[in-house]
Amino acid sequence: MSTLAAPLAIHREASPGARVLRRLRRRRAAIVGLAVVVGFILLALFAPWISPYDPLQTSWSAVRKAPSAAHWFGTDEIGRDVLSRVIWGTRASLLAGLVSVCISLACGVPIGLLAGYVGGATDALISRMTDAMLACPFLILAIALAAFLGPSLTNAMIAIGVSATPVFIRLTRAQVLAVKVEDYVEAARALGNPPWRIALRHVLPNAISPLIVQATLAIAAAVIAEASLSFLGLGQQPPAPSWGSMLNTAKNYIDNAPWMAVWPGLSIFLLVLSFNLLGDGLRDALDPRR
Amino acid sequence: MFHYLAQRLATILPTLFFVSVLIFGLQQLLPGDPALILAGEDNDPTVIAHLRSTMHLDEPFPVRYAYWAGGVLKGDLGESQRIKKPVLDLILEKLPVTLELACIAMVIALVIGVTAGVISAIAKDSVWDYAANIVALWGLSTPNFWLGIMMILLFSVTLGWLPASGYVSPFEDLRGNLAAMIMPAFVLGNAIAAVLMRHTRSAMLQVLSSDYVRTARAKGLDERVVVIKHALRNALIPIITLGALEFGTLLSGAVLTEQVFSIPGFGKLIVDAVFNRDYAVVQGVVMFTATAYIALNLCADVGYFLANPRLRG
Repeated sequence: MSTLAAPLAIHREASPGARVLRRLRRRRAAIVGLAVVVGFILLALFAPWISPYDPLQTSWSAVRKAPSAAHWFGTDEIGRDVLSRVIWGTRASLLAGLVSVCISLACGVPIGLLAGYVGGATDALISRMTDAMLACPFLILAIALAAFLGPSLTNAMIAIGVSATPVFIRLTRAQVLAVKVEDYVEAARALGNPPWRIALRHVLPNAISPLIVQATLAIAAAVIAEASLSFLGLGQQPPAPSWGSMLNTAKNYIDNAPWMAVWPGLSIFLLVLSFNLLGDGLRDALDPRR
Repeated sequence: MFHYLAQRLATILPTLFFVSVLIFGLQQLLPGDPALILAGEDNDPTVIAHLRSTMHLDEPFPVRYAYWAGGVLKGDLGESQRIKKPVLDLILEKLPVTLELACIAMVIALVIGVTAGVISAIAKDSVWDYAANIVALWGLSTPNFWLGIMMILLFSVTLGWLPASGYVSPFEDLRGNLAAMIMPAFVLGNAIAAVLMRHTRSAMLQVLSSDYVRTARAKGLDERVVVIKHALRNALIPIITLGALEFGTLLSGAVLTEQVFSIPGFGKLIVDAVFNRDYAVVQGVVMFTATAYIALNLCADVGYFLANPRLRG
């Protein structure tokens, strides 16, 4: 009885999702990345309770104080607690990463699906427009968009999201082109399913794995892009805390208050590294050839 | 060859057209009347009227685009509102500084990236391979403006070895120029080194498992000769092509690097233009960058075509 139960249990467990999770669990770096990302998400969610001080509260008696028991990460040029600002800054970075990738996915996937599935003149037109956007370097396009839209976190997220869209259009299109010639799609067509149903129910779900990987890596790129725009003054506006704008101020005090630059930069590095590790792990776990 | 070039040019022309529509369309994003925004805080009626007539703001979008695109085709990218100079002149003035920075950065990236990639491939799954992969991940995850600030802290503030910012022309003082450029170039090359390392590793692994490398080893050739003469030379073609495609990353990175190190280049031009609401300069810089990127892409494709005998047929 028991000898029969074991293979059955294995068979039941081997759904695609479970298989991916099992493969992901074997990649220690990806699990570490996931744990750090979850840690940052918790920091962002519980910032009001975790941060020791109000991130906007200034103190003229504590201007540019080095790290101490009272201020673990030191204080900035107007006496604000750097640790509290780093914790609250997590919100801007994560929000920018997630929202801008959602914008890219919401625009890029339907357009890519349309180009790949319909083909012909529609595909040619969309492909040329995608090439045009890809010809403008990502950050320069984001800077130009943010400049014309006006500096704010919302506009920075829109600018980053729009600038990253062509990658998703191209990826979705390529996946759809590969999937739409499969036998099961032909079968769905022969059964008389309408094109939109075939595209959404049969083509898209089978083209989604690389999109998940790309989205994870795109969050990492978006976090750096938001920090870059805020560093240039085009993202989160002061006094609201953001890692990029903290670094922008910190570079003016690098000779007498280096701690102002160390922690926000380290936070960006850690969050981006974690998303990259997770993305690499997901790529391996979702690739059936590995 | 001629057929191939004609085919590539046929796809480039519509791409350039869409790039120009996209960049010109940015103006539509300005909230309210562009003439009022471009005139600045003075709101001088003569300036507003002048802007309206020169920018054809009373005309519909396609007509305004036609005027602008006609100018671009003749090399007229408009005029800077703030400096009152043609945008193209400003770009050409700043370009050599950024090109020098980009070239040094690319050399650094090639040296680090290709060396690490080769070591990683020939010592696959060893400590060296893991170390090179960690370095690549570090390069991909470090924001270059933060790395710049940290390098200033170490090499300028703490050790006092290098200047923290500024630029000296190489024609005035070559040593001063190199001292000012080495840190920003390293910062800029860092991320590209990581990308090149990954490409080199996979290209080398592929080449090292090919038949002619096995034959070279079977002949009893020295391993160094096999790796450098047989494997690397063949793996370098795709690496150099991909390196050319990293030009966009170099320019994006230069915007931030020049800001950190106060280098008066192309990147600083666009940032200053953004803050001075000098929109013609912003549009001009993006148009110039995109065109250069497309041209470089074409050169890389043609280079790959010429270097690969199988493609030449």
